[in-house]
Amino acid sequence: MSEPSRKTMLVDPLVDNNPITLQVLGICSALAVTSSLKVAFVMALSVTLVTAFSNLFISVIRNHIPNNIRIIVQMVIIASLVILVDQILKAYAYEISKTLSVFVGLIITNCIVMGRAEAYAMKNPPIESFLDGIGNGLGYSLILMMVGVVRELFGSGSLFGITILPTVNNGGWYVPNGLLLLPPSAFFIIGLIIWAFRTWKPEQVEARDFSIIEQEGGH
Amino acid sequence: MPEATEKKMGPWGRFLAMPADNPVKTVIVAVVLCLFCSMIVSAAAVALRPVQAENKVLDKRRNILEVAGLYKPGIDVTETFNEKVEPRLVDVEAGTFSDAADPATYDQRAASKDPARSIGLDDDPASIGRMAKLASVYIIRDDQGGIEKIILPVHGYGLWSTMYGFVALKADGNEVAGFQFYEQGETPGLGAEVDNPRWKAQWPGKKIYGDDGKVKIAVSKQVPNADTASYHIDSLAGASLTSRGVDNLIHFWMGEKGFKRFLDNLKAGTV
Repeated sequence: MSEPSRKTMLVDPLVDNNPITLQVLGICSALAVTSSLKVAFVMALSVTLVTAFSNLFISVIRNHIPNNIRIIVQMVIIASLVILVDQILKAYAYEISKTLSVFVGLIITNCIVMGRAEAYAMKNPPIESFLDGIGNGLGYSLILMMVGVVRELFGSGSLFGITILPTVNNGGWYVPNGLLLLPPSAFFIIGLIIWAFRTWKPEQVEARDFSIIEQEGGH
Repeated sequence: MPEATEKKMGPWGRFLAMPADNPVKTVIVAVVLCLFCSMIVSAAAVALRPVQAENKVLDKRRNILEVAGLYKPGIDVTETFNEKVEPRLVDVEAGTFSDAADPATYDQRAASKDPARSIGLDDDPASIGRMAKLASVYIIRDDQGGIEKIILPVHGYGLWSTMYGFVALKADGNEVAGFQFYEQGETPGLGAEVDNPRWKAQWPGKKIYGDDGKVKIAVSKQVPNADTASYHIDSLAGASLTSRGVDNLIHFWMGEKGFKRFLDNLKAGTV
């Protein structure tokens, strides 16, 4: 395989190799933080930054990371970055950090960050790793925002807090769908997005583990 | 690496050239990395602390305004707070106002950890260990200058965390005007539903004390009857321990060891 260009590194994880829809990673936070777009956006931004910089730093020292403690080294770097993000949010976006609460801390365990560090940054040079982190972060962000749009628009009739469909409670006509404000609804939406992506690009459909054998002969 | 250059590398170069799996290098990499990361993290924590503290004060004030029913989105919290809210200190044991410290700068949480300024509790249903002698209360005055609402700080242990909140009482010292927590770390979706507006909406209008003067308000799973209806707060579904924590802390803080003496004095007009 030839070296992928830097542009494809950024664009590839958006659709063709999306961490959520193809690799099905990072679902947990996608469920928890997508009930409003503002929160989803901050989460997406945080994950993108953490993935990019953890990839960068891990890649810079990749030749000096002892193999037997490499996961710990990766975790230390990722955790430090996440604490940094958490502290900055607490200082400059207090309301949002209260809503995100534990989920900022849980970026540490987001499989996308760890997955890219282990699968890519440990073997590739810094700039490429950084771009790979940005690309995968954007792939995650894209899905997060898509889910967020559906959930906030139909769950509370607004986008980024701006009323689009005036709800009955505020004297409008729209009866909001309460299910969309609850985390399980994100499962349905992500499921539908995965289905849409795989219908559009059938090569993403995984091979069956077992195929059904045609019955031979009669009884 | 060519052998001629190896001698010129110095200790740093030789270190870098070591195979990554060398045990000495493993230890050095681990130590250096940990030191470096902890320095970054602590530097960030220290540098950002003033801004975070400011946010916390603002958030607490916003909560005081909310519990007093004065908060509307978009208002200037600091300005409204300074205009409408009168912070005072109460000597909890004596049940009187106190001028022993400056209410604007007094930190009740720090005081409750200081043996000189707090009381150890033997009978401690709210699991708070020690109680500060002075409590920060907030008074909202009506147009004539009389007390309209009084906001009392309460805290107690839930399932995982100490929950900090406010009870706003009407001037009679009995009817609840509002109740909410401004800081809690209960399970999101279960115990953290103490922040749910629909749950909090149960509080206003309820009464704390029964006719016998004992704390009668209760957070419980019982179906309220005619006798208990105006003292009943429904437990949170799926969060029995958090609900019990709220019940305990309201009983403690409204009881004899808490603000009851102060409220009695307030009603009698002796403070």
